[in-house]
Amino acid sequence: MRKLFLFILILSFALMAIAEDVVKIGVVLPMTGGISAFGKLVWEGVQLAHEFKPTVLGKKVELVLLDNRSEKTEAANAVARAIDKEHVVAIIGEVASSHSLAGGEIAEKKGIPMVSPASTNPLVTQGKKFVSRVCFIDPFQGSAGAEFAYNYLKARNVVIFTDIEQDYSVGLSKFFMDTFKKLGGKVSQVFYKTGDQEFSAQLTVALSRNPDVIYITGYYPEIALICQQARALGYTGYFLTGDGADAPELIEIGGEAVEGLYFTTHYHPKGAVTKIGKEFVEKFREKYGRDPAALNALGFDAYLVLIDAIERAGSLDPVKIAEEVRKTENFEGATGVITIDEHGNAVKSVVINTVKGGKFDYVTTVTPGT
Amino acid sequence: MTATLILQNIFNGIMLGGLYALIAVGYTMVYGILRLINFAHGDIMMMWIYFAFYAVALLSLPIWLAFIVAIFGSAFLGFLIDRIAYKPLRNAPRISALITAIGMSFFLESFAVVVFGANYKSFLKVFGKHQEILRKYILIGNARLPVLTIIVIGITALSLLVLFWIVYKTKIGMAMRAISSDIPTTALMGVNVDMVIGFTFALGSALAAISGIMWAMRYPNFFPYTGFMPGLKAFIAAVFGGIGSIPGAVLGGFLLGMIEILIVSMVPQVMEYKDAFAFVILIIVLLVKPSGLMGQKMMEKV
Repeated sequence: MRKLFLFILILSFALMAIAEDVVKIGVVLPMTGGISAFGKLVWEGVQLAHEFKPTVLGKKVELVLLDNRSEKTEAANAVARAIDKEHVVAIIGEVASSHSLAGGEIAEKKGIPMVSPASTNPLVTQGKKFVSRVCFIDPFQGSAGAEFAYNYLKARNVVIFTDIEQDYSVGLSKFFMDTFKKLGGKVSQVFYKTGDQEFSAQLTVALSRNPDVIYITGYYPEIALICQQARALGYTGYFLTGDGADAPELIEIGGEAVEGLYFTTHYHPKGAVTKIGKEFVEKFREKYGRDPAALNALGFDAYLVLIDAIERAGSLDPVKIAEEVRKTENFEGATGVITIDEHGNAVKSVVINTVKGGKFDYVTTVTPGT
Repeated sequence: MTATLILQNIFNGIMLGGLYALIAVGYTMVYGILRLINFAHGDIMMMWIYFAFYAVALLSLPIWLAFIVAIFGSAFLGFLIDRIAYKPLRNAPRISALITAIGMSFFLESFAVVVFGANYKSFLKVFGKHQEILRKYILIGNARLPVLTIIVIGITALSLLVLFWIVYKTKIGMAMRAISSDIPTTALMGVNVDMVIGFTFALGSALAAISGIMWAMRYPNFFPYTGFMPGLKAFIAAVFGGIGSIPGAVLGGFLLGMIEILIVSMVPQVMEYKDAFAFVILIIVLLVKPSGLMGQKMMEKV
């Protein structure tokens, strides 16, 4: 009798779950560990977008947040967990390219569409059908950075700091080097790895080459320390970095040492052009009491692009959704007008920001093909 | 390599080596007296950083007071750890205490994750307007010696002086030395052994806390696993110099820091493997001279 009762209880719960009819979307982000600031920022953006559009195809959207602990193995595990245990129809994630590479492999194998808000390494989507992104890719970011260094900062001699553990950093360094050499500049490289804290040896080597610009392609925790130790060794030139610097923690950890640092990134609220972009800034300020950062906007866009693709697909068929994501054209998002090409990469402008008075400030925008 | 470059590398090595030395001293002191490798040492350093951070951020104490309060907090934590985790194992085989120490290290890290959060925090806020000192340097030739390096060496020297004074000139120091040679006999002489061992841990933790000050000044980003790598490196430094020997720990720390820096600057191809070299050193030392550079051959007590 008790067993029967239990059975009925479980059955009714199961039926309730079906009757409720939600669309589950997995959000896989680094919520703890080295680059947790990035995870937090994207998550805020995704949540805001969810409030903005809480339903799709007449069903409620449920977000399932999974933490990859800023580790490559967890990045893959979290995606597998989202698909096998949570049965999500699609995934938003991840941030670091090395994480998206590990997680994307799983999503591709299991045939679940994945939209990365901010992974810029070309390999993330290359040869895949299900993985796309709403951000530009590093060949463009690297060349925009190189041109900015050469033309705007008038640099002729650059030393690059490459984080050997991050695909993003290795790729971005290479693309920057290619363009900068083509422009006629001198460029060389030194290496470190994620989690390093002492950079004086690399800096001593780097500074002995008298660079005008130090270009750091890693993430904010190391960037902040490199800048601090470079200034302590008497370096007075420019710092330039990629979008890996774009978290408020850069300024918190780097303090006065990162003042005047330039970085290529996706967004600045001052550069918001679309109607929804302005609305996003307003809503964001209202909800979180500060200006949105690039990753807030990208998280927001990743969600909206995905929901839009599901709507166009007209069903929850993963193959159709993945196809529709790649047919996104002139979609108005917070970061601008988004078009995703057949390889799953968004064609977008690079924004260049700087740190001024302890805040991120807008410098200029570089559009592709100019 | 030019003279300036060599000098600069030496300065860099002294900075890093000084930090290792300061941590290694606490490690080796506890070992020398209790024959216990306290793997939680690095994590106590991490706890000091959090204590000091919150003493300034939440209680808004002035920096110097916050630092001192946090040092006493860490010392008390060391005392508490001994009471809870090590005391019940006083008569157990040495390996049990060692495993407990590793467990304690994991516990402190996880505890910090739960209580303080797993994200990076910045120590710069604590310094506020004083953070300029972190970037000041003295020009010698064309090489730059950060003022922080001088502070680190000064603090290491001062801590050593105080430590030697306590161990060799005070009553409790005499009891500590007595315990290091024979615990039961010391107890028979009417010494409160548990109190003295507790004090030893408190002293070791205070040293860890002081190294935490220096560490946080040099590397202002911290999170619950901040103590892990420095703890391991300092352990290597202590073994390198001969575990149990305080001058050995200082020498080992400086040498290890110097080697790490020189490897990166002389053989840039292996920059990303510099941590591996520290462990290679550990293996070589254990193979060639297990008692370390300045350690004495120890007779196992029967």
